[in-house]
Amino acid sequence: MEKLLQVKDLHVSFVTYGGEVQAVRGVSFDLHKGETLAIVGESGCGKSVTANSIMKLIPSPPGKITAGKIIYNGQELVTKEEKEMRHIRGVDISMIFQDPMTALNPTLTIGEQLTEGLRQHQQISRQAANQQAMDILDLVGIPNPKERLRQYPHQFSGGMRQRIVIAMALICEPELLIADEPTTALDVTIQAQILELFEKIQKETGIAIILITHDLGVVAKIADRIAVMYAGKIIEVGDKREIFYHASHPYTKGLLLSVPRLDRPEEKLIPIDGTPPDLFSPPVGCPFTARCPQAMEVCEKVYPYQTALSDTHQVECWLQDEKARKPAVL
Amino acid sequence: MASYIIKRFLIMIMTVLVIATLTFFLMHAIPGSPFNEERGTNDVVQANLEAHYHLNEPIYIQYFIYLKSIATLDFGPSIKHPTESVNELLGRGFPISFELGMVTIIVAVLSGIVLGVLAALKHNGFIDYLAMACAVLGISIPNFVLATLLIQKMAVDWELLPPATWSSPMHMILPTMALATGPMAIIARLTRSSMLEVLTQDYIKTAKAKGLKPYKIVIKHALKNALMPVVTILGTLLAGILTGTFVIEKIFAIPGMGRYFIEAINQRDYPLIMGTTVFYSFFLVFMLFLVDIAYGVLDPRIKLHKKESD
Amino acid sequence: MEHLQEKTKTDHSPDTRNIPDEWFRPKAKDIKSAEQVVRPSLSYWQDAWQRLSKNKLAMGGLLFLIFLSIMAIFGPVLSPYTVQDGPLATQNQPPSLNHWFGTDHLGRDVFTRTWYGARISLFVGLMAALIDFFIGVIYGGIAGYRGGKVDNVMMRVIEILYGLPYLLVVILLLVVMGPSLLTIIIALTVTGWVGMARIVRGQVLQIKNYEFVLASKSFGTKPFRIIRKNLLPNTMGPIIVQMTLTVPTAIFAEAFLSFLGLGIQSPYASWGVMADESLGTILSGHWWRLFFPAFFISATMFAFNVLGDGLQDALDPKLRR
Repeated sequence: MEKLLQVKDLHVSFVTYGGEVQAVRGVSFDLHKGETLAIVGESGCGKSVTANSIMKLIPSPPGKITAGKIIYNGQELVTKEEKEMRHIRGVDISMIFQDPMTALNPTLTIGEQLTEGLRQHQQISRQAANQQAMDILDLVGIPNPKERLRQYPHQFSGGMRQRIVIAMALICEPELLIADEPTTALDVTIQAQILELFEKIQKETGIAIILITHDLGVVAKIADRIAVMYAGKIIEVGDKREIFYHASHPYTKGLLLSVPRLDRPEEKLIPIDGTPPDLFSPPVGCPFTARCPQAMEVCEKVYPYQTALSDTHQVECWLQDEKARKPAVL
Repeated sequence: MASYIIKRFLIMIMTVLVIATLTFFLMHAIPGSPFNEERGTNDVVQANLEAHYHLNEPIYIQYFIYLKSIATLDFGPSIKHPTESVNELLGRGFPISFELGMVTIIVAVLSGIVLGVLAALKHNGFIDYLAMACAVLGISIPNFVLATLLIQKMAVDWELLPPATWSSPMHMILPTMALATGPMAIIARLTRSSMLEVLTQDYIKTAKAKGLKPYKIVIKHALKNALMPVVTILGTLLAGILTGTFVIEKIFAIPGMGRYFIEAINQRDYPLIMGTTVFYSFFLVFMLFLVDIAYGVLDPRIKLHKKESD
Repeated sequence: MEHLQEKTKTDHSPDTRNIPDEWFRPKAKDIKSAEQVVRPSLSYWQDAWQRLSKNKLAMGGLLFLIFLSIMAIFGPVLSPYTVQDGPLATQNQPPSLNHWFGTDHLGRDVFTRTWYGARISLFVGLMAALIDFFIGVIYGGIAGYRGGKVDNVMMRVIEILYGLPYLLVVILLLVVMGPSLLTIIIALTVTGWVGMARIVRGQVLQIKNYEFVLASKSFGTKPFRIIRKNLLPNTMGPIIVQMTLTVPTAIFAEAFLSFLGLGIQSPYASWGVMADESLGTILSGHWWRLFFPAFFISATMFAFNVLGDGLQDALDPKLRR
């Protein structure tokens, strides 16, 4: 499969008055055309920052991409000027944000907000733009698109607004959609509808999706591959089956154990004790050491190298090292 | 929208009524008649005068007469300017005060918004610090101090502009500057902080994610939302400016309403005090009403929801 | 899965020979250390003070106000001259060793009068802020806490009062009660408390639905105690900021009224009176008579404004990280 996006050794920092926060510390991953990659992790692990970096929407200052490459369709994005980025945003890559209640401008009509991007990027008439807006509203499942175009955001429910936000992201037919916690702010029933909408859109347009979430239920439904982030690093990546059935990093295992499962109601939920490390001064070794039930001395002192468990499944953990396995055999 | 306007309108009428009543009873709480000090008036003349001004009627009758007259916008005769009615005095002085006030608010709003937006866009940059330093100074220096300073420097020392009166556009510059600086500073600060807040909103991020041009994001998405709070304080600012005209008119010897008003207070010319107070209050309350309507037009959310009073 | 790992591991693994084998033994579980918060936790007020003390402008304002308060208390006492009279022989003298700020047209010492004016300004400002605080907190607290119909009626009253042009009310009261310090303070607070009440109400409305308040209610705590213990401490930030910004408004209003001849009357000194009396100096060149009162009004308002701004930044929990 063709690679649409490659992120290589991405580092992002925020300079605050308390010091430098290293929010993303060497993240690498690939994304193929038409696939859905989920980036999961606790809040503050750097998943949203990674997503924003791809669009180069990190507020700067204080944020800054300090190292690494982001290659989209053969173009390097990190070094691109703001002007050039404008021709990529919305056209090639679009993004939708967590809270549909605040993502729409309260003082502009839906129609205006839907078509403004289109009219800027493609020189088309207002009428043609409106037609396209109606088509896209139809696609995301909003009835009466013609009247709806003239309405304001407060006249829509939360789920409807998220559909509009998705429509806005899709209107220029991008190849990549980054969804930052798209269902977190919604009711559970609405969540399911929105996820179905994502599946439908992907089927119809073949768009690639990067899904940022902390919700493993969402991941199980629509992701092809999963990357698990912890304290600014991707600690394990694999396809959906590999992560759900053969998780090998203790953190990933912990995450899975902390999710309720209807198919095994007798099982107890096991929370992960402790809190993530402070990224003002990230630990030298594996950041999960302090909370890890299987921690060893080496974990604290040296960061583990990457081990490939299959062509698609990689993990960064000392437990995979030969030396760690010997005492266990004892 | 209609119910919103009606609600605002009722509040306006209530306010006007409260003002009128308050003014009336406060004025009548003052001991002594305005004619006591008049020289050469005997009891008969005094009684005639009191009858002429309805001062001999019971107080509630006077109150109704008063309400009736202000309802028809007739503020009665002035006591100390017997040849002129309050309406005539208002008609002479108010247009000049109004002109001063309007020029001031236009200057203040335009320059304040420009300064505030620039400062917000260059947040923490040189322009930001400069604009905000000017704004804090502008708020801190009372308009009468600024006025004397301006006359001293611009008119007396450097002889650039005329120091007083209100006869040509050149004459208008100094009074306007003196009066507009404070409101301008307030608007600039408010615009800046609300602009900064709006710029962190998700819909601005969404607009950026669409790849819109920066000026479009600022003008179309940010400015309209950022100016909402500015609209809400316009009424209060206007009140400040109109009362500020009193002091500016005194310093620059401008023949507006301010002079009559202060004169009326010092000479206990009740009809004139009541007339000017009520007139000014009506004017301001009406302006507040207009501002509320403008707010309703600007913010589409008003149409469906009732506006919460904060 | 096991054989999969065996197969692919070796070709990727870097050199780990120099890592001692002992390091690979399971570590004693030490979850506690992970729970430790790395940075020391500060109370709200400590945190706010730390932020404020970093703001040089606000600290400068605070220092100036402390200086001004000291001079307002001791300045007139220290000076050998009195506020109300001076020998006419010494009229309109420029600043000198005898008269640091010079003398005015009646030979009165401007230095003494300036500090006397500071007393008036600070007194008016602080009284106005305090009275605003009491009325505003009680009114706004009740409206916000009771909510519903009570709130609705109370807010309509506020809306009507809000429409009253504030300086006109002041002037009307001055006409009725005669110009005096008390009149000015009453007049200033008649309309001034409205702003405070709105802020308190807004805050209370927001906070009263927070869990900790609901929890307290569910224990059967009495409303007054809830307002005092739960609501007030959490609304103090915006209230303090509002008070700091009320003071310069009140100082301005006093100076403004005195300048118009409607406030403090000569021979008593207020900065407004002094500025009014020295209007003519623009042409006569006795600049010191206008300069000192004008400078101190502006500097005091400036100090209160920057302090208020600083407090706003320091106390705003939204900025807290």
